[in-house]
Amino acid sequence: MRKVPDNRAWWLVLPVLLLVAFSALVPLMTVVNYSVQDIFGPGNAYYVGTEWFRDVLRDERLQASLLRQFGFSAAVLAIEIPLGIGIALMMPKGGIRASLCLILLAIPLLIPWNVVGTIWQIFARGDIGLFGWGLNQLGFNYNYTGDPVDAWLTVLLMDVWHWTPLVALLCYSGLRAIPEAFYQAAEIDRASRWAVFRYIQLPRLKNVLVIAVLLRFMDSFMIYTEPFVLTGGGPGSSTTFLSQTLTTMAVGQFDLGRAAAFSLVYFLIVLLVSWLFFTAITHMDKER
Amino acid sequence: MAIRERSRSKGLGITVFIILLLTPIYWLLNMSFKTNREILSGLTLWPQNFTFDNYVVIFTDSSWYSGYINSMTYVLMNMTITLTVALPAAYAFSRYRFLGDKHLFFWLLSNRMAPPAVFLLPFFQLYSSIGLFDTHIAVALAHCLFNVPLAVWILEGFMSGVPREYDEMAYIDGYSFPRFFVKIFMPMIRSGIGVTAFFIFMFSWVELLLARTLTSVDAQPIAAIMTRTIGASGIDWGVLSAAGVLTILPGVLVVWFVRNHVARGFALGRV
Repeated sequence: MRKVPDNRAWWLVLPVLLLVAFSALVPLMTVVNYSVQDIFGPGNAYYVGTEWFRDVLRDERLQASLLRQFGFSAAVLAIEIPLGIGIALMMPKGGIRASLCLILLAIPLLIPWNVVGTIWQIFARGDIGLFGWGLNQLGFNYNYTGDPVDAWLTVLLMDVWHWTPLVALLCYSGLRAIPEAFYQAAEIDRASRWAVFRYIQLPRLKNVLVIAVLLRFMDSFMIYTEPFVLTGGGPGSSTTFLSQTLTTMAVGQFDLGRAAAFSLVYFLIVLLVSWLFFTAITHMDKER
Repeated sequence: MAIRERSRSKGLGITVFIILLLTPIYWLLNMSFKTNREILSGLTLWPQNFTFDNYVVIFTDSSWYSGYINSMTYVLMNMTITLTVALPAAYAFSRYRFLGDKHLFFWLLSNRMAPPAVFLLPFFQLYSSIGLFDTHIAVALAHCLFNVPLAVWILEGFMSGVPREYDEMAYIDGYSFPRFFVKIFMPMIRSGIGVTAFFIFMFSWVELLLARTLTSVDAQPIAAIMTRTIGASGIDWGVLSAAGVLTILPGVLVVWFVRNHVARGFALGRV
C-alpha cells in the first residue's frame, strides 16, 4: 500500500505507546536496575557492574538449561512445521466439513496451559491414563515421572499435540489463498503431485510459514506452565527449561541480581532470533 | 479415479489426526464423569457409574465458580483495553509513514517476544506499589504486554487490505476522522476485529503465570484455583477433570462464532 508521510500519525499511536511503556518499559528498567546491583535489603544495595552477567554466563546449570531449551525448540520446529503442512494439505477445501475440521483443530489452542498439563498428566500416567497404561500393556517400560527420556518425549509429544494445529491452521489459510487457475495450469502441464507442492504451494506458503516459525519459536522458547504441571521439571532437571529455571531463581530463591541478569540475556536471545525472522518477513513483503 | 482415491486417503489421514487430537480430551471428559473410587480402582474406557457429582462440587462452591468469573472478568477487560488502543495505532501503521514507524513497530512486536517469566517480579512490585495487586485490572493490564502488540499486528494486516480510496472519499463527503473511523472503517474490517478479539481472548484465557502471580484471593483465576485439588488425601482427579472440562467450553463457544474468519486470522490477515 502507498503510505502518506505524516508525523501527526504519532497521535494515533500514542495510547499504545503509553500503555506499553507502562506495562513493559517500567518493568524492564526495574530488571536492568537489579542486574547491576547486589541487593541485601531496602536501601542496602551496591553497584556491582557486570558481575552478575559474568556470573550467569559461567553458570553451568544455566548453560545446561539453555542447551535443553534450544534442543527442545529445535525439535518442536522440526516436528510441528512439516506435520502442520501435511495436515493442512489433507484438510477439506470448503463446506461444513472444513468448518468442523477448523473448530476441532482449534480446540487444543484454547485450553488454558495448565489444563493442557493436567490433561497430559491424566492421559500419560501408568495407572489411570490411557496412554501410559496402553504403552505398558504393549510391553514398553514407560514411566514419565521416573525416566528422563520418557519425560522428555512426553513433554515434546504434549507440545506437538498442543501447537501443531496452529501451524496447520496457518498453512490452511495460506493454501486457500492460492487461485484455482494455478492448479489448472499445473494439470495442463501434467505436473506431478510433488511438483505442484514444490513449485506452487510451498512458495505461496512462505509468508505464513515465517509467521508459524516465528510464533512457534517464541512460544516454545518461553514454555513454562505445561511442563511445570506435567513433570515439575523432573525427573532431576531433565525437563527444566529456561523459564522455569528463571522463575525458581527469581521467586523461589529470591536471587534478584542473578535472576535479572539472566532475564536480560534470555530476552536478548529471543529478541535476536526474532529480529532475524522479522527482517526476513519485511524483506519478503518488499519483494512482492 | 486416482484423484478420488487420493482424496479418500486424505480424508482418512485428517480423520485419524483429529481422533488422536481428541483422545486426550475425551479422557479428561471420561474422568470428569467418574467417581474417584472408580478412577483409582482400575482403567475403564467409559464411566461405569456415571455421575455429575464432580460438576456439582464446582457449581455449588463459590470459591470454585468465582474463579471462572474472575478469569472472564479480566479477559473481557483486557479485550476492551487492547482493542481501544490497538485500533487507532494499527490504522496509523497501515496508512501513514512517520518518524520512527518501523522501529516502533518492531519494538512493539518485541514485547510479544518477552518471556513472561522475565517480567514476573517487576510486575509484582509495580502493581503492589500502586495498590492494584489482586485486582482484575492488574491482570488485564499485564496481559496487554503480549496482546497489544499482537492485536496491532493482526489489525494492521486487515486494514492494509482496505484501499485508501475509501478514506479519501469519506473525507470528500465531509466525514470527520472519528466519525469515518467508527461509522465506515470499522464495519469494513469487522471480520478482522472479530479475529483479533478471538486471539486476545485466547492468549489471555490460557495464560497462567502472570495471572497467578498478580492475584491472591479476590481476583484469582480458575487455573490457579485448580491447584487446590491436590489435598492431604492425594489429588481429587474427578473434580480436577471436571474443572478442566469447564475451562475448555468458553474457548469452544468463541471459536464456533468466528469459525469462518479464524483461518484467515491465523495468518494475521497477511494472505
